Amino acid sequence: MKKQKTKGLSYGCISGISFCVIMAAWCIATYGGFVSDIFMPSPTAVWESIVEMAKDGSLWEHCFVSTKRVMIGWFWSAIAALPIGMLMARSKKFSAVFQPVIEFARYLPVVALVPLTLLYLGIDENQKYVIIFLGTFFQLVLMICDTVSGIEKNMINAARTLGANKLQVYTEVIFPAALPGLMDDFRLTIGWAWTYLVVAEMVAASAGLGYIILKSQRFLATDVIFAGLIMIGLIGLVTDFLLRLLTKVIVPWHERLGD
Amino acid sequence: MENIKLRVKNLQKVYPANGRKDKEVVALRDINLEVKESEFVVMVGPSGCGKSSLINIIGGLEDATEGEVQIDGKDVVGPGADRGMVFQGYSLFPWLTVQKNIEFGLKMKKVPKEERAKIAKEFIDLVGLTGFENSLPKQLSGGMKQRVAIARTLANHPQVLLMDEPFGALDAQTRVVMQELLARISRETKNTILFITHDIDEAILLADRIYVMSRRPGTIRDVMDVTIEGERNHEMLVKPEFLEMKRKIMEMLWQESQDAAMGK
Repeated sequence: MKKQKTKGLSYGCISGISFCVIMAAWCIATYGGFVSDIFMPSPTAVWESIVEMAKDGSLWEHCFVSTKRVMIGWFWSAIAALPIGMLMARSKKFSAVFQPVIEFARYLPVVALVPLTLLYLGIDENQKYVIIFLGTFFQLVLMICDTVSGIEKNMINAARTLGANKLQVYTEVIFPAALPGLMDDFRLTIGWAWTYLVVAEMVAASAGLGYIILKSQRFLATDVIFAGLIMIGLIGLVTDFLLRLLTKVIVPWHERLGD
Repeated sequence: MENIKLRVKNLQKVYPANGRKDKEVVALRDINLEVKESEFVVMVGPSGCGKSSLINIIGGLEDATEGEVQIDGKDVVGPGADRGMVFQGYSLFPWLTVQKNIEFGLKMKKVPKEERAKIAKEFIDLVGLTGFENSLPKQLSGGMKQRVAIARTLANHPQVLLMDEPFGALDAQTRVVMQELLARISRETKNTILFITHDIDEAILLADRIYVMSRRPGTIRDVMDVTIEGERNHEMLVKPEFLEMKRKIMEMLWQESQDAAMGK
């Protein structure tokens, strides 16, 4: 399927306009004096606080700490979810063991688990990883299970009649066939990982973007709060872009609707 | 030639309905069939006669409720490289090139790389895909994809080639081209083939022997040898012997569908 041509305007152009409208609204609201500085700082103020933090290096440090936490927590969650999700999709027995537990666990709000993680793990880095892990793992297992279930059965049948053994069916067929879908699953859950990171950093942390956002609230430093939010958004955009790029590189054979 | 390669004995397939005996569906009943070495056998039957279940059972992808499947007189259970299958849907691996697809079965058997490439080349030439070795499946037409699927199965040297309506999804012209290609390949390679279709022309064009199946529960209604002389190609379709045979099979199947329409 071809992407529908929007009359006259390109996709990028429309996106640009949408961004400009939001910026314009922000400028009018703040420079026009409609909203107090404490509620919403002006773009200049936010920019200045970003520059200031960039200069003393604290911005990069916070970004680095947060990104590292997200990546490690999410990485372990993906590593653990992949085999379990794949096996659940392929084996009824395996699914019977895991499905009820996971369906139960995924409805537990991660925030409600924070006290337990603090009790068990204290406030060190592992606690942050565990929060992110808990936030993404159960959803990811179910998404992977769904993606793997959607593979065309003919391909698996063909592999088996070509002499592939059970392990080879997983490594040579199911995994590569599911890869485009898995990349989407990973891309979505990494976004959620950022949400849980902020949860973790707001409870007990001494660095990270979530931490500076919470700290700034105490000093009514709304400009820093906005700076932190913008940084999270930007890192999210970059991660998403990189993962899309990576998907194109590792599954060039994939035909996607709308491409 | 009289050597029996594939034998199906008293095969029965019942799909249970949650333990309710009155609701269970008998898909296949008392199926007995033989395919001799190098023979091309076609099973023709109306849709819903269980012919796909039958070929899946022979291929080891489904279990039979009763009965045996034997290759060279030995029972076989589960799928194996001795029974290569070609499916109606394009079952190619979209991430592999044409050549890598064809090498798949050999790779599973851990055949060394150079030898794999050599064998793949031979079968790429056989199905007329020379020059497309490095294409991806998405770049190929339906007929070409099915050529790859056939080459992929043949390269694996199966004892029996099982084909489940392989040309069902192709347009009429491509289908004829593919039928002629398959007729030529079976003559050249002397493979033992069991082919399933609901297309009577296709059945007569390809077969040494035809089994006609009845509608559910699927049973074998008749067996006939195709003794029409000459090349197996589209010109055969208008020969009087061909038409006579077609009429006979059509009548049988027509009776079947008539019964089906009346809900018998």
